Amino acid sequence: MAIGLHDSDVKNPVLRWIDQRLPVITMMQKEYGTFPTPRNFNYFWNFGALAVITLTIMILTGVFLAMSYTAHTAHAFESVERIMRDVNYGWLIRYVHMNGASMFFIVVYIHIYRGMYYGSYKAPRELLWILGVVIFLLMMATAFLGYVLPWGQMSFWGATVITNLFSAFPLIGPEIVTWLWGGFSVDNPTLNRFFSLHYLLPFVITGVVFLHVAALHVTGSNNPLGIEPKGPQDTLPFHPYYTVKDSVGMVAYFAVFAFLVFFMPNYLGHPDNYIPANPLVTPAHIVPEWYFLPFYAILRAVPDKLGGVLMMFGSIMVWFALPWLDTSKVRSMRFRPVARIFFFLWVISFFVLMYVGGKPAEQPYVIIAQLATAYYFLWFLVILPLLGKFERTLPLPESIAAAVLGPKASTGGGPLPAAATAKPMEKA
Amino acid sequence: MKLLKALAVAAAVAASSPALAAGEAPAPPNARFGFNSFFGSFDRAAQQRGFQVYKEVCAACHGMRLLSYRNLLDLGLSEPAVRSIAASVNVQDGPNDEGQMFERPARLSDRFRSPFPNEQAARAGNNGALPPDLSVIVKARHDGANYVRALLTGYVEPPAGVTVAPGMHYNEYFPGHQIAMPNVLNDGQVEFADGTRATVDQMARDVTTFLAWAAEPEMEQRKQMGVKILIFLAILGGLVYATKRKMWAAVKH
Amino acid sequence: MADSMAPQMAQAAPGDTPGTTKRDFLMLTTAAFAAVGVGGIVWPFVSSMAPARDVLALASTEVDISPIAAGQSVTVMWRGKPVFVRNRTEEEVREARAVPLSELKDPATDESRVKKDNWLVVVGVCTHLGCVPLGQKPTDAKGDYNGWFCPCHGSHYDTSARIRRGPAPSNLLVPDYAFTSDTMIRIG
Repeated sequence: MAIGLHDSDVKNPVLRWIDQRLPVITMMQKEYGTFPTPRNFNYFWNFGALAVITLTIMILTGVFLAMSYTAHTAHAFESVERIMRDVNYGWLIRYVHMNGASMFFIVVYIHIYRGMYYGSYKAPRELLWILGVVIFLLMMATAFLGYVLPWGQMSFWGATVITNLFSAFPLIGPEIVTWLWGGFSVDNPTLNRFFSLHYLLPFVITGVVFLHVAALHVTGSNNPLGIEPKGPQDTLPFHPYYTVKDSVGMVAYFAVFAFLVFFMPNYLGHPDNYIPANPLVTPAHIVPEWYFLPFYAILRAVPDKLGGVLMMFGSIMVWFALPWLDTSKVRSMRFRPVARIFFFLWVISFFVLMYVGGKPAEQPYVIIAQLATAYYFLWFLVILPLLGKFERTLPLPESIAAAVLGPKASTGGGPLPAAATAKPMEKA
Repeated sequence: MKLLKALAVAAAVAASSPALAAGEAPAPPNARFGFNSFFGSFDRAAQQRGFQVYKEVCAACHGMRLLSYRNLLDLGLSEPAVRSIAASVNVQDGPNDEGQMFERPARLSDRFRSPFPNEQAARAGNNGALPPDLSVIVKARHDGANYVRALLTGYVEPPAGVTVAPGMHYNEYFPGHQIAMPNVLNDGQVEFADGTRATVDQMARDVTTFLAWAAEPEMEQRKQMGVKILIFLAILGGLVYATKRKMWAAVKH
Repeated sequence: MADSMAPQMAQAAPGDTPGTTKRDFLMLTTAAFAAVGVGGIVWPFVSSMAPARDVLALASTEVDISPIAAGQSVTVMWRGKPVFVRNRTEEEVREARAVPLSELKDPATDESRVKKDNWLVVVGVCTHLGCVPLGQKPTDAKGDYNGWFCPCHGSHYDTSARIRRGPAPSNLLVPDYAFTSDTMIRIG
């Protein structure tokens, strides 16, 4: 071996030549081949891989859509319809991109809930979690920018409402909004910069995803038991065990995705976005895409403008603090009978917010939104910190192997062992 | 839920206060269009009749600027027929060598000619109301096809106590109930070449079928492809799952 | 800042190694100077996103108000935004002026919002999140105060376009405008 060359195990001479100079094959082998992975993942651990796949699909379809899209207020709507009608398979690429955004959020929400339920954000994985929240924020920005591009009524009014959020900030608010618009209303300059940024941000996301995965490969994965692997008996090599398991999830995921794209492509969209943008007529009910509804409901739940905006941003910012708000030593909620119940209530509050976010700003929806918002924050800021002090957790298994292989493999498969739910709650 | 909504609307109307939801209309009845079902396709004959209704009735006010005459070939019309349909309409072209715009018969590649040159002209010609472009109308309304059909057949006498503003018409299914478009369909208004009786309901169904196709011309291809892909994924899923089972058979997990 | 100043002042003090402080000072000065350069490079990019000159040039618009009968409104475009011009009825003016200021969320007298008693000119953009309120057409919902009603988040405006109920923080904005004659106004 020459000095300075990487000591490669690769046999194929060509690949070996490359690997000696740039050890990508060694790296892939280490990170995705033999990488020791807890042996007890359930199917919830598919969703990280599914998110990466969806990101790839979105970038690919997006690049091809951009070849036929025109970012101009006078042409944007027609250029999208031209893609749907005249470009070969344009309808397919666009529907995949459009529904892909929804699928991306479904996958990422499940990925986030999984992280929350199994305590994947706890030490030493705090930074991994924080990077994930950054990805989520970038996704929200990208999705919002992308929704504006077809220049339908919801595009225009969504852009107007969301950019106007910044006018809530005292003193410089209106200047910020004018700067964001590049004019005195959402108009052609706005559409152009939104297109530019919508094309840029996915690559920023890709960068942060690399950091997210790199951080994951430093600490290793969490697992449904929430206890660290203690040795080789607790892990399996990533390939072939998890490559094949992820493939199962992927095919199932594609089936759901395909069903949406081919049989109900507009189900998750809003019909008003097939009406070309009209700055003089606001649609009767402005609703954002479904994945923003919980946050939109929080915005509307607060009667004060600045307060609403701060609460809405705060509802995601609080995720950053989650690793420190959760004071419990136990990661997995399998062993936290009380926290589990409050967590499910939190998930319900999230879905309630999603529901009322799509309803007009009238009673009783306003009061429901306020109650759900209150619980949303109560969970993070009060219940979770206190639970760490007062909750009596269930005994943890000695090791993953003991739990899986032991004589009494008692911790069933599902995330909700029936025996553990009812009684401990009364103590809370 | 529906009952609550109905009560809320009733209360709002009774108190004659401004209804916040700007006039709820009843949900349109399900007209059981074949193309609305999962594997359904468009009825070619209905599409052709629907185009005739559009051409002879709707096109007086409503444009379909996203459609071209060549698209009519998809309806199963022959090319000479479509050419002559196009040629019966004059479209603007130019400028010519003298720098003037001129009119010429439309070709297959031309877009449908709109009845008005711009929005202002359309409003001026329609008492201030703008007849919307119909290219994607079925995609642009909740429950599009059922809504369009219901609207076209929804002209009724206004209930007692409701005054209809001048130039407006009462329609059961229009949000707010007052619509600028008059009832345009009357029995026997068009003469269908295939001998179908042109009742109001028949014409409404046919033109809705035509408009649904215009909004989603890719629908049939999309559904066919969807079936194939789902079958493919089902087989692939079985194979991948079997592989996974085999691979994990030796491992307790 | 305090830290960066310290070595600079220490330079005068005897006993320090002059080489080190001089080097620190040079490094800091260089870094600060480079930072100015970076700022200078960033600014054109930030500034390029602000309204361009052609956008700024669309400053004013003229409206002929003679065809607007009492009780009617028109909407005109100004800087890409709708402006409501309403010829108010005496009843509406009376209504607007009868309200005590203490009842208003954003107190302003009706007199301060108009140039001629019956003519109200406001930017038709809800001060909450920028929707266009309803109330221009006779068939529109006008809200609980007989003025305008924003369908997005339920703000009610009165006949002087002042916010009365709902999440909007302030009254509909009165743009700069002037009567150039009895039947003409120039906005902007």
